Amino acid sequence: MAIKSKSPIADLERIAERVLKLSDADETEVDIGSTTDALTRFANNTIHQNVAEHTLGISVRAVVDGRTARATTNKTDDESLRRAVEAAVSLARNEPENPGLLPMLRTQKYQKVARFFPATAAATPQDRARAVTRVCKMAEKRKQTAAGIFSSGVSQSLLANSKGLFAHYEQTHSEFSVTILEERSSGWAKSNSPDIRTLDPEVLAESASRKAAESREPREIPAGRYTTILPPSAVLDLVGFLFYDFAGTAVLDKRSCFTGRMGKKLLGDNITLWDDVYHPLQTGPPYDGEGLPRQKVLLVDKGVPKNLVYSRATAKKMKARPTGHGFSLPNEYGEAPMNLVFAGGDKSLDEMVRTTERGILVTRLWYIREVDPYEKILTGMTRDGTFLIENGRVAGGIRNLRFNESIIEMLSNVEMLGPAVRAAGEESFEMVVPAMKVRDFHFSEVTKF
Amino acid sequence: MMQEWANSAIETAKRRGATYADARVMDIRHRDISTKNGEVGTLAESESLGIGIRVIASGAWGFSSTDRLTREGVDACAAEAVAIAKASALAKRENVALVPEKSYVDTWQNPFLKDPFRIPVERQIGLLLAADKEMRRVKGVTVAEGSMSFRRIEQLFVSSAGSSIHQIKMQSGAGIVATSFAGSEIQKRSYPSSFGGQHMLQGYELVESFDLVGNAGRIAEECVALHSAAQCPEGQGTIILGSSQLGLQIHESIGHPIELDRVLGMEANFAGMSFLTTEKLRKLKYGSDIVNVVADARLEHGPGLGTFAYDDEGVAAQCTPIITDGLFTGYLSSRETASSIGEKRSGGTVRCESWNRLPMIRMTNISINPGTWKYDDLIADTGDAILMDTNRSWSIDDKRYHFQFSTEIGWEIKGGKKGRMIKNPSYSGITTEFWNSCDAICSRDYWTLWGTPNCGKGQPQQVMGTGHGASPARFRNIKIGVAFAK
Repeated sequence: MAIKSKSPIADLERIAERVLKLSDADETEVDIGSTTDALTRFANNTIHQNVAEHTLGISVRAVVDGRTARATTNKTDDESLRRAVEAAVSLARNEPENPGLLPMLRTQKYQKVARFFPATAAATPQDRARAVTRVCKMAEKRKQTAAGIFSSGVSQSLLANSKGLFAHYEQTHSEFSVTILEERSSGWAKSNSPDIRTLDPEVLAESASRKAAESREPREIPAGRYTTILPPSAVLDLVGFLFYDFAGTAVLDKRSCFTGRMGKKLLGDNITLWDDVYHPLQTGPPYDGEGLPRQKVLLVDKGVPKNLVYSRATAKKMKARPTGHGFSLPNEYGEAPMNLVFAGGDKSLDEMVRTTERGILVTRLWYIREVDPYEKILTGMTRDGTFLIENGRVAGGIRNLRFNESIIEMLSNVEMLGPAVRAAGEESFEMVVPAMKVRDFHFSEVTKF
Repeated sequence: MMQEWANSAIETAKRRGATYADARVMDIRHRDISTKNGEVGTLAESESLGIGIRVIASGAWGFSSTDRLTREGVDACAAEAVAIAKASALAKRENVALVPEKSYVDTWQNPFLKDPFRIPVERQIGLLLAADKEMRRVKGVTVAEGSMSFRRIEQLFVSSAGSSIHQIKMQSGAGIVATSFAGSEIQKRSYPSSFGGQHMLQGYELVESFDLVGNAGRIAEECVALHSAAQCPEGQGTIILGSSQLGLQIHESIGHPIELDRVLGMEANFAGMSFLTTEKLRKLKYGSDIVNVVADARLEHGPGLGTFAYDDEGVAAQCTPIITDGLFTGYLSSRETASSIGEKRSGGTVRCESWNRLPMIRMTNISINPGTWKYDDLIADTGDAILMDTNRSWSIDDKRYHFQFSTEIGWEIKGGKKGRMIKNPSYSGITTEFWNSCDAICSRDYWTLWGTPNCGKGQPQQVMGTGHGASPARFRNIKIGVAFAK
């Protein structure tokens, strides 16, 4: 059974037209999202959860006398749509006037992005079950235990307003994540892509299996500062905590770590990053929550924070140009870059290990939380395969460690960069990031396993 | 209509070969309001209605959900759930087994006084803006924020075993936060708790009980004062945790490790596993003799975010002793996981976020029983310590051994007296060592059933509200200040 998109764009367009006709607000915006998702979950070498969902959300924003509010429904009958419109209007009428509210956008032009792959949309529960079965059998043969997920789906969205704006976007997505367990060790690998044909569950499982085997009988090493090699997924989970700091609103509110630091050397020379929705490894629509086209923005150039991103309202407040990164209105957060792309290097993980006299090789980071928002100190744990490096070789598994590390310091101490790839982690949305070899990464305590 | 859709789903699933089926029709309504620096931020309402159908066919699970609530839509969804179960059976090792549970035909609604959806939104915004104004009166406050959120969840559970359970849950919550930037430091203070405030299964009367406006100036002043407060020292020592921080400590270092699906490896890929392997049941000394913890979903425990009459697989709400006089005595279980470890009945802890999500084991109200101490007596008895209150960050390893927490504010206790303010307090430790170091818990007079509205678990991830009753408590020989150590 293939995933069939339940609501092609034409259906969403018809719903949008009905909503706009029902509204007598000064301005009306309708944002419709439709998803068809399926996920096969396995553990203990068997499938224990297998789910599918079909959802539709119709979100209406009304503007009345300089006030705006939003109401959402998942029902498409006339009565429900009318109720959503009336709720948005009623909420808006009952709030104070918003002097910063801008008129809705008129028609915009968007750069095309192609992120719909029929092979992903056609994936069936049987396809996923067969791949999972192969992975579970491989684990069983090695006296290991596999757990993970294999998911695929289609999402469509449409944004239209009473001023004539019309934008739509369609994307497929697929993801495979696997943990391989042994008695006292584990390994992990994960990948996602709009094109399911680029995922290779067996290769990912092989990598996780090898890490579990190589980290058997982990020994304890003392906490301290170590040269640390972070694969792209671990880099992603750390630098993901920076994304909102690049919002104009965050700087305006003085809760960005870039407050007072824009234009000044803050990070290493080898750190350059952009927000770029058009990058071939990125996903997402080419427009923001108001329908403004997203721009590619250079955020950090050779260690110097150069630019922020702005919604239309924030740009006006900060006398800047909007960059197409605003969230759906109304909201208090403004905007954020959602498509971070780091400049990479040319070093392989093997070369990073080979050039390390004593250090730590991480597989995955976990439960990362912000300790200090201005110095950007994060805490978290290693997980699923942490290794000691001695004299340029991986010298076996070690017990997991807690870190308390400032990302600002970390990005000032990067000694080597790998090629930037589309990475998938757990704490952040997907980005294009490189592996990093970092000097003096601060591990503060050791756990029991 | 709910009954008709659910019955139709069960019939179709059975006809297609399901040996067991249950259906949840859920109608969920939200209202979210936030303010920032004198302006309205979010102002939104939403409603979502749909059905989730869970089946066992060919000895394996299948689940599908839809918001296409027509006869054809529901039947197609039920058929898809059965087809998915049959695909799952391709990688099956053994048939799914469930412990028995009686069938129930019942209806239940949590009591509340004021329907928050009937309170004019203008009044709700007005309250947040009044608190916002009080916070911004204090020089040095750079951001003043407030939020309210309300949920009404109506659900009908129907199973092929004959249950038909209708429940309505009304949930309310609110909170305010002052943030201050100065020099190279961002400090914040929240009330009544951090990360969205306090949430319970109550009506708007809960929000009115907080006195947000009356507390706004105090937290704003504390926030600004933190900049000139002494840095939390590093070392080993005594700490006293405020009740909301202790609630989160319970959540992370007791609530999650006792989830039996984690213990059995079902969450190994994402949320992780647990150090509480099954041979430790009724053997492990989890805490000191004064530590008694229950998982209690019954209304008599209080209107917490983990309170209900029946869980989402039709099991009646229960109270399970988790830690009894320091001994580990119970897990959070489902009908399937209880069967896996030879228990006779599910603990009734299975819930789902919405109609489109598969029900799974979630914390109910995981609470520590009150002790005997009066708060002032506890402080006077303590000698030297750091009192820490209101969570700022939390992190714990994937087996729930090693944790680190920091709080928004602390106070030095010297010679049994509360002294100067301490900034950036943090503490860390190993779960069982920590709970075994507890030597004093305040009495019922200081006990609050806190709500954690943002607990994430599962793939696809589900966010669930959980309850945690706690009163201030004292812990000895704890590692302090490591989060900011150089």
